[in-house]
Amino acid sequence: MSGVTSINLVENALLVSIQDDVTDTEIVALQETLSNRIAKERVKGVILDISSLEIVDTFVGRVIAQLAGISRLLAAETYVVGMRPAVAVTLVELGMYLPDIRTALSLTHALSQLRRA
Amino acid sequence: MPQTATANILSILETDFSGVVEEWLGTQVKEGVKRSDLFSDSESRAQNQELLKAFVKGIRVGVVNEEFSLEDDAWEDLRAVLSDVSKERVGRGVTPTEMATFVLALKAPLFKRLEAMPGVEGGKLVREVLMVTRLVDAFAIYTNEIFIGERDQIIERQRQEMLELSTPVVELWDRVLTLPLIGTLDSVRAQEVMENLLQTILERQAEVVIMDITGVGTVDTQVAQHLLRAAAAVRLMGAECIISGISPMIAQTMVQLGIDVGTVSTRSSIRAALSDALQKVGYVIKTTEAS
Repeated sequence: MSGVTSINLVENALLVSIQDDVTDTEIVALQETLSNRIAKERVKGVILDISSLEIVDTFVGRVIAQLAGISRLLAAETYVVGMRPAVAVTLVELGMYLPDIRTALSLTHALSQLRRA
Repeated sequence: MPQTATANILSILETDFSGVVEEWLGTQVKEGVKRSDLFSDSESRAQNQELLKAFVKGIRVGVVNEEFSLEDDAWEDLRAVLSDVSKERVGRGVTPTEMATFVLALKAPLFKRLEAMPGVEGGKLVREVLMVTRLVDAFAIYTNEIFIGERDQIIERQRQEMLELSTPVVELWDRVLTLPLIGTLDSVRAQEVMENLLQTILERQAEVVIMDITGVGTVDTQVAQHLLRAAAAVRLMGAECIISGISPMIAQTMVQLGIDVGTVSTRSSIRAALSDALQKVGYVIKTTEAS
C-alpha cells in the first residue's frame, strides 16, 4: 500500500483519506486492503474522506460505489464525507448519484451519525 | 512623393493643432452631434484635444508606407483615450451614430487645410485626401467597435447581476438554508443556482436545504430534472434536500409527466418544510404559555 492513502481507526469506524494524486492502481489496491481491515477490526462504519479530491471521473465514482458495496457485505456502513461542490456537480452530470452511499458534511457529522446508528 | 504620405497632414496637425480642434468642435455642432446637453464646452474640448493628440502620435509612429493598423502598439494611446471617452459617452446615453459622426467630423477641418496648402493640388491632393480619409475612417470604425464593446460589457454585467439577484441562498436558521426559486428555471440558471447552493452549503456547513418552488410558474420535465439533479448534488455533499411549494396543480402535472422524485422529500408549503428541517437539526417550535 502506498503512502498517499491512509486508513486509520477512529472510534468504531475506519477513516480512509483519499488524496488528490491517487492513481487508479492505488485505488484498486485500497479495495483489497480496506476489505481485510474491515473484517479484522470488525468496525461498524467506513468513512471515506474525499475532501482533497478535486477531480473525479466515472472510474473513481465506480470504485467508491464498489467500496460501499464491499463494506455493506462485511456489515459496515459507508459514509462519504467532504465532497467538494465541483465534484458533486460532476458526479451528478455523469449520472452517478451513488444512491447506496451515505453522505455527510464532515467527519464529525459522520461519526455522530454512526454513534446514533 | 516628398518624404512620407502623411508629412503634410502631420505638419497641419502640428502647426495648427488648436485651430483644428476648434474647427472639429465647430463641425460637431453643425452636424448636431456635440451633445452640449450632456457635456460642457470645456469637457468636450478637453476630450477632443486628447483624442487628437493621441491620433497625431499614432500617425507619426504608426503609419509606415501608407499602411497602418489600429491594433499596433503605436496606436495604444489613442485606444486608451478612446476607451475612456467611449465609456463616458455610453454612460451618458450617446448613440452609436452620434459617436461615429463625432469622429468623422474631423475630416472637414483637415480637408480644408490640405486644400489651402501650397503645392498640394490635382492628383497629389486626391492622394492626400484619400490618406486622411482612410485614417479618419479607421479611427471612426474603431471608435464604434469600442463603443459597442462598452455596451456589451454593460449588458453582460446586468445579466450577471440579474442571475445573482434571482438566486439568493438564505440562511433561515442555524444549519438550515433556503433557496426561493422564482420565474423560469433554464439550464444556465439551474447551473448557477446549483453552484451557488453547493458553495453556500460548504461555507455554512448546512445540513438541510429547502428548495422552494412556490414562485416557479410551470414545472415540466426539464425543470423537474434540474431540481432533482440539484437535490442529488446536495445529498452527495452530505446535506439533505427538501423541495417545498409544490402546489396541488404541480403535483398533478408531475405525476402525469411520470416524474419520480425518488428519495427527495417534498412538502406543499415552505412552512411545513421549515418545521421538518428544524426537527432534523434538533430544534422544536413551541407555543408559549401566554397564548
